[in-house]
Amino acid sequence: MVSQFIFLGILTIALVLFGRNAKKIYNNIKLGKPTNRTDRKSERLKQMLLVAFGQKKMFKRPFPAILHALVYVGFCIINIEMLEIVIDGLFGTHRAFAFLGSFYSFLIYSFEWLALGVLLSCAVFLIRRNLGHIYRFQGRELTKWPKTDANLILIAEILLMSAFLTMNAADYKLQQIGAEHYIQAGAFPVSQYLTALLTDTQASLIFVERFCWWFHIIGVLAFLNYLPLSKHLHIMLAFPNTYFSNLEPKGKFKNIDSVTAEVKAMLDPSLPPPSGEVARFGVKDVQDLTWKNLLDAYTCTECGRCTAACPANITGKLLSPRKIMMDTRDRLEEVGNNRDKAGNIQDDGKSLIDNYITREEIWACTSCNACVEQCPVNIDPLQIIMGLRQYAVMEESQAPASINAMFSNMENNGAPWKYAQADRANWANPE
Amino acid sequence: MGVRGIEIKKKTTMENQLHIPTVAELMAKGESPEILFWVGCAGSFDERAQRITRDICKILAHVGLRYAILGTEENCTGDPAKRAGNEFLFQMQAMMNIEILNGYEIKKIVTACPHCFNTLKNEYPSLGGNYEVIHHTQLIQSLIDEGKLRPDDGHIFKGKKITYHDPCYLGRANDVYDAPREILESLDVQLTELKRCRSNGLCCGAGGAQMFKEPEKGNKDVNIERIEDVIESNAEIVAAACPFCMTMLRDGVKVKEKEQEIQVLDIAEITARANGL
Repeated sequence: MVSQFIFLGILTIALVLFGRNAKKIYNNIKLGKPTNRTDRKSERLKQMLLVAFGQKKMFKRPFPAILHALVYVGFCIINIEMLEIVIDGLFGTHRAFAFLGSFYSFLIYSFEWLALGVLLSCAVFLIRRNLGHIYRFQGRELTKWPKTDANLILIAEILLMSAFLTMNAADYKLQQIGAEHYIQAGAFPVSQYLTALLTDTQASLIFVERFCWWFHIIGVLAFLNYLPLSKHLHIMLAFPNTYFSNLEPKGKFKNIDSVTAEVKAMLDPSLPPPSGEVARFGVKDVQDLTWKNLLDAYTCTECGRCTAACPANITGKLLSPRKIMMDTRDRLEEVGNNRDKAGNIQDDGKSLIDNYITREEIWACTSCNACVEQCPVNIDPLQIIMGLRQYAVMEESQAPASINAMFSNMENNGAPWKYAQADRANWANPE
Repeated sequence: MGVRGIEIKKKTTMENQLHIPTVAELMAKGESPEILFWVGCAGSFDERAQRITRDICKILAHVGLRYAILGTEENCTGDPAKRAGNEFLFQMQAMMNIEILNGYEIKKIVTACPHCFNTLKNEYPSLGGNYEVIHHTQLIQSLIDEGKLRPDDGHIFKGKKITYHDPCYLGRANDVYDAPREILESLDVQLTELKRCRSNGLCCGAGGAQMFKEPEKGNKDVNIERIEDVIESNAEIVAAACPFCMTMLRDGVKVKEKEQEIQVLDIAEITARANGL
């Protein structure tokens, strides 16, 4: 009875805490500007099923894709086991689903193999990440915390799976010696090999089984609450993020409507100039981004596929699309925390441009869309880069000198180079 | 170099016969073009790109398409301004062009520049410019499919090892990957893919208005990184489909001192030569 109350208490605290953090993230994302991503519902569903559920883009790199798929499938399916653990915890039962008989054995049988798959995959990931000299796991944005974050996630998953298998091993042994409460249920293709490592006394076996059970469930709940602080949120946000994907061709950049109104008034003096408050052109800070850009930032799991494909980055420039996403998230968290403290949005004298993302980074972009193409969860760093350029050019007139020269050529001659418009068709009339 | 020798001989005879009509000229005769050839700034002013422009005109004339150019009425689409963040300038350019295009009731446009292609196709519609826009590789492919373009039996590209560099604004930006490859395959060349190709293709380094500025500090230029892929492929010809890629790839070849081994040719040039134009 006591343990049931303790369980209920821990579960409630974990869920309430998670709910509060989730709400905060939701509120932060809502700081973004509107953009319509709710049309074409069947296409969106298809994107989500293919890209998030089916992990289509992961398979551009088959080796990590297979390991990742193991962790992903393991994670999803072992969650069925979580349901049983919660029921057992709340009602004091043991293996509540055992009445399913041979189907239950099949379930436990598959959980065991999946748990081993997850464990081994995470071990390989740890080795690759720390000893593998892989380009995308280096980079100056992967400072101490992002590196620790990645390792913590992998270690946590290895510990959770080890606890799960050890628990099963102890349970299996208790079943064999006919201990009270430990009904004959399940199949243990993996943990049967661990039984030899365990003691033979019933009391210590029960201790091991109970310890692993509590370690596993508390570990999972702690992990749930770690998600909002970490890059690992992608396990949830990958689904909405791919659903709300940009469905237009990647080359199509949105035209700014407020600019259209002004340009129309400029070209046709009979039209009244646009009235009302003029919004900021481009992106200075996170609130100038769309909510989808902000959702992108929270979805990013810092895998670095974007950066490894970025022509600027691989030729030694400062720009890293992954850093663009990490900076956006960090700045958004900062703005969100300031708001929570003060009750409303405060000007802290900082902005996404300059304080987080430098001019050198944004001007190194070739707008080639390689980062967008590579992202396994359809994040678009390019939109953010373009927004920052728009701010630098239209609000501050701060473009590199040669870019300004290109602008004035275009204004004066209708071409980005200094050629006379009258000479445009000279190629057609060779003398 | 046999390939270049043939090019020079052919050019002098063809060029004298080639008359390139403008839309204004056709209109004056009470005609209108079936298709507008949008030349683009590079195709108009860059000497290397002008040769591609003329080859496209030869192809259009050869198949008997009633085409025309805007001539001095054409203006930059505004693409480099937009990618550099100057939305005002972009929309000014776009609206001026749309006024001219709509005034001539243009319905269909072909262009040799993937940047013009992308902007006209994707970014003009919401500003009032609705046209069917195709890239020249798509046009050539459909002309081959219709049997209107037939390569000479003993054309010089047969069996040659050729690779293709995907322009970002044709490939990733608009998912046009097959047309240029099908053209090359129809010529019985030995098509060999670069290490990074199709949706994984590597930029030449010119996009996003980089063409008009010095690169940021780094340890290598992007076009050098790309030309190393080309060298690795052992191809004798790298086919391009974008005037900016053309410039960047040629610079890369020059820096690597591979001018004797690797030629950079546009798909249109390859088509024109294979058809004896």
